[in-house]
Amino acid sequence: MLDIQKINKTFNPGTINANHALKDLSLHLADGESVAVIGGNGAGKSTLLNAVAGVWSVDSGSIHLGGVDMTHLPEYKRAKYIGRVFQDPMMGTAGNMQIEENLALAARRGDPRGLRLGISKAERERFREMLRILDLGLENRLTDKAGLLSGGQRQALTLLMATLRKPQLLLLDEHTAALDPKTAAKVMEVTRTLVNQDRLTTLMITHNMRDAIEYGDRLLMMYNGHIVVDVSGEEKKNLTVPQLLNLFSQASGSDEVDDKLVLS
Amino acid sequence: MSFLASLLKMLPDAAAQGLIWGILAMGVFITYKLLDFSDLTVDGSICTGGAVAALLILNGVPVALAMVAAFCAGALAGLVTAILHTRMGIPPILSGILTQLALYSINLRIMGKSMLAVSVDKFQLLVSVRNQSASCLVALVFVAAIIGVLYWFFGTELGCAVRATGANANMSRAQGINTDTMKLVGLILSNGLVGLSGALYTQYLGSVTVNMGRGAIVIGLAAVIIGEVLLGKLFRNFALRLAGVVIGAILYYVVIALVIQLGLNTDDLKLFSAAFVALALYVPHWRMKYTGKSLQKGGKNHA
Repeated sequence: MLDIQKINKTFNPGTINANHALKDLSLHLADGESVAVIGGNGAGKSTLLNAVAGVWSVDSGSIHLGGVDMTHLPEYKRAKYIGRVFQDPMMGTAGNMQIEENLALAARRGDPRGLRLGISKAERERFREMLRILDLGLENRLTDKAGLLSGGQRQALTLLMATLRKPQLLLLDEHTAALDPKTAAKVMEVTRTLVNQDRLTTLMITHNMRDAIEYGDRLLMMYNGHIVVDVSGEEKKNLTVPQLLNLFSQASGSDEVDDKLVLS
Repeated sequence: MSFLASLLKMLPDAAAQGLIWGILAMGVFITYKLLDFSDLTVDGSICTGGAVAALLILNGVPVALAMVAAFCAGALAGLVTAILHTRMGIPPILSGILTQLALYSINLRIMGKSMLAVSVDKFQLLVSVRNQSASCLVALVFVAAIIGVLYWFFGTELGCAVRATGANANMSRAQGINTDTMKLVGLILSNGLVGLSGALYTQYLGSVTVNMGRGAIVIGLAAVIIGEVLLGKLFRNFALRLAGVVIGAILYYVVIALVIQLGLNTDDLKLFSAAFVALALYVPHWRMKYTGKSLQKGGKNHA
């Protein structure tokens, strides 16, 4: 499914601020596999997701998705295959457009946009039905501006938008980090529902160790631009938070446990 | 003549000018409000529209066709600004300024001199200052038709994608929208309308001068902001918002008529306009600061 071969990315190359954020990173995801990614600040987690999404192009290496070479495709063309949810709830929806308009934009992901009506009557009904399943009370607010929604509601809406058209890959960039614990749990629940419904291949960054252990088939830990831990199957199911911390200090070659990782 | 009577006498002229500039203001609305792109091309493209229309009319081309050409000329100017910004990475304001400056020479080239006169006695012009109430009616028909077309267009898939680009470019790209193309579409449409407005204004005045567009963007912005500040609460629907912009343009010209009537030296008109628009732009900021309304609920975000 997703095949990343030896990608490198350096920000501000040739300056004093040069930052080699991804170092010869390779990763293979099987079809339908859901993967949680953890790591301290600056480990390269978001950089990895942005590389796959095509926010900028990598310096070297290749990225294939479903057999298609994505390495040089611009972001908007990769969107045909990739659904995304961002950390900032403001980022995934257009605040001054209606909920149904946001959904209609997402329903046309990957299609050329012409002079047909931007949203049809049948679609409205479909959206209402889908929102009802999410159980957030949004099904009767289709014409409300997305900007009126709470952070959690906006993230749930973004999730729905990202999966409305079944993507080959779903990228979740700490999408619950900006929410309060209760809302975060609700959004994780919505995430599970939507991902399981279509058996979506998913790459999810999280700061929450418990989420990382409970969610998905496989767990990756990043450190300093590398993937340093990669566990799946039984081994992953039996992981505990202390074991995970232990793995982290081994991998990073120090006893000093990254406190940012623990605290979150 | 009493003050009020002479003011009333100026009203038809103010209404006609306001309606014609309302078309420009709708163009500015597209870039400034929908695309979040401050486009200064306008100062040049309104004159380009006027110059092209005047030249064609003087050469015996039917007025309707000359208007179409004026739209296309304005659209072309918008295309240049869009290319400067999206392909060459020049910031929006600078892209517009560069096009505007280049257009000054191009407008002179089109006209061959700094002024072209088209007399309503010799040509079948659509509007003229000599018949202000009829001009109002014609301009009103244009405004209504344009509002209709824009209402339809911004409800289509393409139009929605243009709006989404202005609302949240990150999200738009994540939903597969080519944001560069959408900026191009918006700038072309906007400046096409500005060119059309220039063609009408040229007929109304009976002439076009190379300085016609100086400060046009300020008048357009004034109309957009007056419309938004005074009628924003009432007019939520997209077609009504456009109507609000046109009403804003009319009010602007009524205010100008008023201050001239009050004895403002016409030399000071641009200073007055700039101060007026600065004040109008300050109103939303002032409201935010002193009524404690949260910034986030406004729905505008610069992520």
